[in-house]
Amino acid sequence: MAQGFDFAFLAEVLIGGLLSGVMYSLVAIGFVLIYKTSGVLNFAQGAQLLFAALTFVSLVERGLPFALALGITFALMVALGLAIERTVLRPLVNQPPITLFMATLGLSYVIEGVAQLVWGTQVHSLELGVADEPIEFAGVLVSTFDLFAAGVAALMVIALSAFFRYTRVGLAFRAVADDTFAALAVGLRLPVIWATVWSAAGVIALVAGLLWGARLGVQFSLSLVVLKALPVLVLGGFDSILGAIVGGLLIGALEKLAEVYLGPYVGGGIESWFAYAAALLFLLVRPGGLFGQRLVERA
Amino acid sequence: MATNTVQRSGHPGHPARWPLWATPVLVLALAYGLVPLVASDYVFDALLIPFLALSLAAVGLNLLTGYAGQLSLGSAAFMAVGVYAAYNFQLRVQGLPLLAAIALGGVAATLVGVVFGLPSLRLRGFYLAVSTLAAQFFVQWALTKFGWFSNDNPSGVIDAPPLAVAGVAFDTPAGRYLFALSVVAVLTALVWRVTRTPTGHHFIAVRDNELAARVIGVPVLRTKLLAFALSSFVIGVAGVLWGFVYLRTVEPAGFNLDRSFQILFIIIIGGLATLRGAFLGAALIVLFPLLLSRLGSLLLGQWFDSGVLELCQRIALGALIVGFLIAEPRGLAALWERLVARCCRRPAAAHGA
Repeated sequence: MAQGFDFAFLAEVLIGGLLSGVMYSLVAIGFVLIYKTSGVLNFAQGAQLLFAALTFVSLVERGLPFALALGITFALMVALGLAIERTVLRPLVNQPPITLFMATLGLSYVIEGVAQLVWGTQVHSLELGVADEPIEFAGVLVSTFDLFAAGVAALMVIALSAFFRYTRVGLAFRAVADDTFAALAVGLRLPVIWATVWSAAGVIALVAGLLWGARLGVQFSLSLVVLKALPVLVLGGFDSILGAIVGGLLIGALEKLAEVYLGPYVGGGIESWFAYAAALLFLLVRPGGLFGQRLVERA
Repeated sequence: MATNTVQRSGHPGHPARWPLWATPVLVLALAYGLVPLVASDYVFDALLIPFLALSLAAVGLNLLTGYAGQLSLGSAAFMAVGVYAAYNFQLRVQGLPLLAAIALGGVAATLVGVVFGLPSLRLRGFYLAVSTLAAQFFVQWALTKFGWFSNDNPSGVIDAPPLAVAGVAFDTPAGRYLFALSVVAVLTALVWRVTRTPTGHHFIAVRDNELAARVIGVPVLRTKLLAFALSSFVIGVAGVLWGFVYLRTVEPAGFNLDRSFQILFIIIIGGLATLRGAFLGAALIVLFPLLLSRLGSLLLGQWFDSGVLELCQRIALGALIVGFLIAEPRGLAALWERLVARCCRRPAAAHGA
């Protein structure tokens, strides 16, 4: 610090944080999708993510071509989504949100257990064919993989937004999210919509699972990514896709900045709780989150 | 153990001849009189003592989640605060009696619980549940990071002090069981008493409809903080039992998120807002892995190694939770009530007529 503040380094930390924030957003969007349409905080999202990544990597290791493995995993994730809707969600219709949350907690135990029982518990490495090497932009080093991941996440977000905006199914989603009873009254079939949403969440889990799996290695701790997405949701509001994106970027950037500039003073390792503390402090000022509905949930 | 608190006096499960105090007295008589005579050291160490510690933690969480309706995912953190605080009081205050150290451990957990309960004044539902995760991660980090808490042990491990009250040592498995039993009995009785006071009714009012509670004059903010305080105290003492009486050597990693979920699962399986449910749920959670491992090695033999067992336990536990939520959301306590009602149908019918 002798010759003043290193701004290039600050920019590097900031950009690295924003890029990893995009990956948080991706997981958070899976939550928002389900919360908006069925009012469930789906804790099993992390387990779905683990399941997808583990299935894909195991298929590839058994010699299947990339595209085929992706197709099979895709089909499995849709099937899993449908199965969850049929066996867990439908019998729990009209139960309080807390009950549904606890059911997804139980569900995450089942999915994690089954995934590891079938595919084993060892750590797999996942290659997506994108090198993880730094490239230089105006004196700032950025990882190519981070750029790729951010690109994929951005595409996902655009595709989802377009889907919600321009398709009939998307319109039905928004109707259900807006007013479930009115949607039922005009003849929308709720079970079909839920099944679609859960399948879509499965697909998001697949994309997020592949990106996170390539970054961290495919293993049990992958399902803990869900814990990274929760503060993002608290910050952005559980029901706002825009909130999930902005919240993810904010949390990603703040976390990296805190780890680099604050961490050394308290002995490091603060990333396990810093995001939560930041989200909480923010909520004390604005209880509705960044873009959430003004009425914060009646429990 | 303790009787159901939201019980109405004319309930079919409780014929008039069976007074309210009879069940707890009977259970305590068996627990003090019969169990020490018949149980082996293994049963004390591997079943009864963890059962008691987990039951107490579940009683504490039930107060917060079952009665006051505030979902918490950070119970293990409050257990950790309890045991680490008790350890430090015992270590740093000369001649402090064990019971005082345990109570101070509970008080420390209370303080931390109130701090992390503050967001409940502005947040509800999932937002609050997520914010209790902050307690979980922060406490675990602080206990690992700052050596002072574990008397500068490099991995944060602490060893329990000898269990002795007024010169009487509780160092045999049976002795430790009796020690834990006494602590659990006293605290459960206190919690039961609280649920029957106006404060307890305030908890339920806040849970059922916060706005309505405010309208009829319940001090909502104070009630919520009080729920956090009482619940954290009980969970903190449960943490001391877990560390000092059951494991004897603990590290911060033992109080991870899975432990918090375990306690939440106990009250889901046992039944929310019943004290009896906390004990029934804890019994199931303690027995379940043992039964599963016996059953697994019986059916599958060699293939059923410890890795497979752990995964099967995870799957079965998850399935159990989902199953209970779908089939009997009121948990084991409701099943128990139905069973009792069936057994006593005739006297109950006579009473009704």
